[in-house]
Parts: sequence; C-alpha cells; structure tokens
Amino acid sequence: MKVSQRQLKAKIKSILNRNNNDRGMLVSILQDTQAEFGYLSRDVITEISISLDVPLSQVYGVATFFKAFSLVPRGRHQIQVCLGTACHVRGAEKILDTVERELKIKPGESDPDLNFSLETVNCVGACALGPIVIVDGKYSGEMKIEAVKPLLDGCK
Amino acid sequence: MKRLSSITELETFRESIIKNYDQKKLVVNICGGTGCLALGCSDVIKAFTEEIANNKLEEKVDIRVSGCPGFCERGTILTIEPQNIFYQRVKRKDVAEVVTKTLVEGQVIDRLLYADPATGKRIVREAEVPFYTKQKRLLLAHSSQIDPESIEDYLRFGGYAALAKVINGMKPEQVIDEVKASGLRGRGGGGFPTGRKWETTRHAEGEIKYVICNCDEGDPGAFMDRSLMEGNPHSVLEGMVIGAYAIGSHEGYIYIRNEYPLAVKNAATAIKVAEEHGLLGNNILGSGFDFRIKISRGGGAFVCGESTALMASLEGKVGEPRAKYIHTSEKGLWDKPSNLNNVETWANIPLIINNGAKWFAGIGTVGSKGTKIFSLVGKVRNTGLVEVPMGITLGEIIFNIGGGIPGNKKFKAVQTGGPSGGFIPEKLLDLQVDFDELTRVGSMMGSGAMIVMDENNCMVDMAKYFINFLLGESCGKCLPCREGLKQMHHILTRITDGKGTLADTELLESLARTMLDTSLCGLGYSAPNPVLTSLRYFRDEWLAHVNEKRCPAKVCKALITYNITEKCPNCGLCVKACPEKAITPQGKKKPVLLDQKKCIKCGSCYDVCKLDAVLVK
Repeated sequence: MKVSQRQLKAKIKSILNRNNNDRGMLVSILQDTQAEFGYLSRDVITEISISLDVPLSQVYGVATFFKAFSLVPRGRHQIQVCLGTACHVRGAEKILDTVERELKIKPGESDPDLNFSLETVNCVGACALGPIVIVDGKYSGEMKIEAVKPLLDGCK
Repeated sequence: MKRLSSITELETFRESIIKNYDQKKLVVNICGGTGCLALGCSDVIKAFTEEIANNKLEEKVDIRVSGCPGFCERGTILTIEPQNIFYQRVKRKDVAEVVTKTLVEGQVIDRLLYADPATGKRIVREAEVPFYTKQKRLLLAHSSQIDPESIEDYLRFGGYAALAKVINGMKPEQVIDEVKASGLRGRGGGGFPTGRKWETTRHAEGEIKYVICNCDEGDPGAFMDRSLMEGNPHSVLEGMVIGAYAIGSHEGYIYIRNEYPLAVKNAATAIKVAEEHGLLGNNILGSGFDFRIKISRGGGAFVCGESTALMASLEGKVGEPRAKYIHTSEKGLWDKPSNLNNVETWANIPLIINNGAKWFAGIGTVGSKGTKIFSLVGKVRNTGLVEVPMGITLGEIIFNIGGGIPGNKKFKAVQTGGPSGGFIPEKLLDLQVDFDELTRVGSMMGSGAMIVMDENNCMVDMAKYFINFLLGESCGKCLPCREGLKQMHHILTRITDGKGTLADTELLESLARTMLDTSLCGLGYSAPNPVLTSLRYFRDEWLAHVNEKRCPAKVCKALITYNITEKCPNCGLCVKACPEKAITPQGKKKPVLLDQKKCIKCGSCYDVCKLDAVLVK
C-alpha cells in the first residue's frame, strides 16, 4: 500500500507522540511503525531518525539487531513456527520442514506475491503444548505433520 | 469508581468486595492463558457466552476468563464455582453439555473430569487434582480464580495488603531487612540475594533511581513469567511498588518480550486500573509516595534478558551487554542506580511482607528459600507449570508430579537453566532442586525451564541445538562468544553429519574453557554448559557419533535411514504422505518400496504408519 510522503510523516508523528517522543522507547516505536506500515522501509527509518533526533545509524542498528523487525515487505499472512527447546524436543524441526515445503519459502522469506511470510520464533511461552505454529496471531498447539497443510491452506 | 486515598479506604473497599461476592453463585472460570489459546479456549469462551445467553442464564452464571493455572497439558481448563469442579480438555463441542448438565442440572460430566493415571479414578474438585496437590502453590494459588483484568479479584484474595502494611509504618530499611532475612534469591537465573541488591541500590549515590521488572523470559521452554504477568499482573505491580518504596525510586519499567502480546496487554490494563484506584502513580494510598511504571517491549532478542543489555534496549539502543564490574545497582539505566529483578522475584515480595521473612525462610533449603515455579515440558506426561518448594528432588518433580515419561519410553535427561544450563542424567534424579546443587553438577537453576528428554532424543543433537540457538542470539560484541559459538557450531555439525573425530570433542572442550573465561556476558560464558554436560554424562553417544558414525537415538539425519519392513501390507498411507514421492507401491499385500536416493528423511512415513512397518536404522 503506497503512502504519500505527507501521510508517512503524519503517521510517524502520531506514533512518536503516542510514545511520548521518548528515544528510550525506540524499540516500541519501531514495533508500532512496523504494525502500521507492514515493514520498516528506508523512508520510514529516515523519518524516525529525523523526528526523534536519533542518529540514523542507531535507528538502523536497532532495526537490524532485533529479530522482530523486517526491512523488506512482508506477506499478508504471517506464519511463525516456534523452535524453542520444548518444541524442538517434540519435533518442531519436522514441522518447519513441512511448512517450508508447503509454502516453498524459507524462514525470513515471503512468497513473490506477498501472500505470506514465514519466520521462526525462539519460544512463545506455550511450551507445554509444542510444537506451536502461529498464523496471523492465532496459536495452534500440538501440531502434527498432517495438520500443517490444512492449517496453511487458508493463507494460499 | 473512587480513588483509594488511604489504607482504611482500601480495607473498606476490600471488605465490601468480599461481602458482596456471592459464594454460592455459579461461576465458570475459563483459562485464557496463551497455552489454552493454542488449544482453542477463545472458541470455548465464545461458546459459553452464547449458550448461557441461549439458556437465559445471564443472571445466574458468571463467566470469568482467568490467568494460566499451569496444567497446560490438559487445556482448555475450566473450574466451576462454587463446587470447585475441574474440567479438562474442554472443546467447543462440549460447552452446550456443560451448560445444561452441570450448570443447570448440577451433574458432573465424567469424561471431562481428570482421571488419576494410577487408579483410573475420576477426580471432581480442582483442589484434589494430584498435579496441583503435590505442588506447593503460593504464587499460583488462585490463578484459576483471578481475572487479570479485574483488580477486585486480586483484592478479594488479599492483594495490596502487603503494600498497605509497608506504607503504613514500615521504614524502607525495615522492608529491605525483611527481604534480606527471607533469603529470597533472584528467580531470573542469577540467584543473587534480592535484599542485598535492594540495599546496594538504596545506598547508591543519586536522587533518581529506577526499578525494573525483567519479563524478557527468553529461555525457550520457560513460561512461568508469562503466566504470572498474564494471569496475575497485580502481584508483580505490588512487589514493584514495595521495592520502589524500599529503594527510594519513583520510576519503574516492565520490560516484556515482544513474543508475549497477552502479557503486554494485561500488564498495561493492570497498571491503568491500579492507577485509577490510587495504588500506583502519584500519592499512593494517600501516603505521599509516588511511583509510576512504564511498559517497554522487547524486539525478539534473547540477549536482552541480560540486565545490562535490557537496560541498553530501554535506552533505545542495540541490546549489547557491558562488563558487570560496574554494578547496575550503582550505574544502570541512563547511568542511574537501577534495581532489576525478575517477574517471579517481584511476585514473591507481597508474600514475604504478608507472611514474614521467617515463614519464607522456613520453606526450602539452607541456600535456597521459598518456592520456585518450573515449566515442566518436553517428554513428560503432565506438562505445565509446577510450583514446588526448593529442595524437592528432580525425580519427584518429573515422576510424581509430572507423571513420568509418556509412551512407556525411558527417561534420558532433564535440561535445566535454559541455554545457559546443562543436562542432568538419570543417575542424578535424586538431586535436590537448589541453586547451588544444580550448579555443582554443571547445570544451573536458570529461570526455571525444565525440559525432559527420552530415549528418542540425541544428546549430541541437543547440544548442537543450543549452540545453534545461541549463535543466532549472540549480540556479536565480544570475540570469544561470536567466534567461539560459530566454531562450536561447525564442529557439532561435522559430528552430526558423520564427519567428526575424537579430536573434535577435545577441541570443543578447549573452546568451552576459553569462552567460559573470556566472554563479556553470561550468554557467552555459560554457552558451553549444554555441550560440556552432554559430553560429561553422555560420552558414549558422542563416541558412537565420532568413532562409529552412528546416532544411537536415531535422530541425526545424516546417520540414519528409513526402511520399510516386511510388516508393511501396502495400505498406502506413507505413499501419500511422502513429499518427495519416494515411496512406490509394489502390489497387493507386498511392502512398499522406499527409494533411498529420493528420501529426505523427513520422517513423514514413520509418523503416519500405524503398523510399525517403518524402521529407522
């Protein structure tokens, strides 16, 4: 979704205000920004740097340090596979392999039409019910290999 | 809704809540924690709302969405008041029956009751479920009956009485003495004496001091903090206000990891509601003491659970740790004295103040007081959260409370302490759970993740898993960790690919010693622990990998093959399941043929075969 430079500035201003223009809240600001724009583009990172008066290298550094952020456009559907220890012990790797085969992409990638993006997470705290797959914020526990395709069919 | 501006008003309010609570009214408590969310509890909640409306029972029945009581393996969990009926594995399709049979007719539904695995007997009341009765639930005592969005529930169970006691006449030094005397040690993994940390921060120079709650809970397999923050956020807030009062701080932060959206939401609600009631913010309970809390979210970095990295992140910087010879209690966030404690540590404070240091010190061992919540996960029957007194043995947790290993498999190891901890073998199951005991055997308490492994887990693969995890999470600042982990990963991959040698294991040990001595922070110097304990207690598996190129647990893909045996009657399930179309039927009643060249060892055929006809060699 293309936004004009004016709209971009306005949205970022609103996000910064919500976070009290506090440079200590940079991580939260970037999260709100990613939620708004889908990903952190160069324009957006530059605008935050200027408005918050934080060096561009610092904003860029934080944006690339934390796993939650994407500097490339992401798909409409977010698929996350947990690879925490408890999930690993219960076969999460095989679930991930199956998801990769179904979607034909690897973690960190999106399909060419930007329908879906895949990422791995290092523990979402539902460890007793691993393996866990999250599709657009909806958790599915005790995943089995056979259950992967039906779960993902909704995204294709 | 009146702001409470004195302790008397608080107590009057509490009394009115208790008095007006209809003990006889039907209440359906449904667990709304992340675990049950993964099992469909939102559908169950919705169904109850609909069915209760359809049956015109809105006046007679309340629905309460509670926090996580911890018996995750049995989710979605319901507890029905006033009878204290405990229903487990509840699905949407069961709801109509619960409403008509239990709520209206007062009868229990057998199939939804928990059955004691030893006797087969069905247990009706939550208070009698062995998983709970064998625990010592102090922090989790009322988790199934507290709606985290309601302060009334917390007050009904005595919430904020500790804060009132402190503000009503305890001097800050007295509070610190009480916490010191309790023997409470940090529950985040460091195990540092809490009272001493508070005292150092109090005495540090400077007017501005910060109080921080570490809810980054990055250890995979750990979700105690998630459960507390989601389910009973007020218990954490109360602890923080007391701590701030004792230390002389007026500004606090709760740093919650990005992967816990429900915890963020519930903490934010709790802060707002506590402020509205005058229990947080300016002039708390009319005492003149101010303390505000802000929530900050993590961005998906395990290293930000380390206190100096967390504080860097709070300053809007990259989460890189710094050397700890400058204590954060003297120069922490924004270079000001900062007291950082874990969620569970904070939640213990109201209990200590209410019941006294002597009471707390009476629980546990000489070196480790109080209870600890563990997340018991992996290859164990009763997965979930267990709160037990320090000093209980690992075997008691895993077998008595945990119900042992499912599928009649053999116990192999338990991993404690997350990626900084180590593996503990069967011969040490009598080990008492205690900070110092766990460290003595090469592991550590850590945050409380307790991951059980059975005969089907490969201890070399598990060591590689942890190194791989830490490699991705290393901040990269110091060479020993950055390069050490990379090299360890290369070596471990060689070994699991069947190209390792005995010299590789010696190299791993040597690398481990260097990382231990020279890494900048805990991530680096504890990273070798899983590898070292795996080598120490499971050497024969390593030797099989390097000398025989064999994986005894049949996990390492490069060292195994999948084979179809004579048992196969050609049912065709595996043919369909195979993603590489490597399996072809050979005719009626003849075993199918698996083309090894096409096989990617995904295990789909093994998982789907109901006749044990797939053999892994």
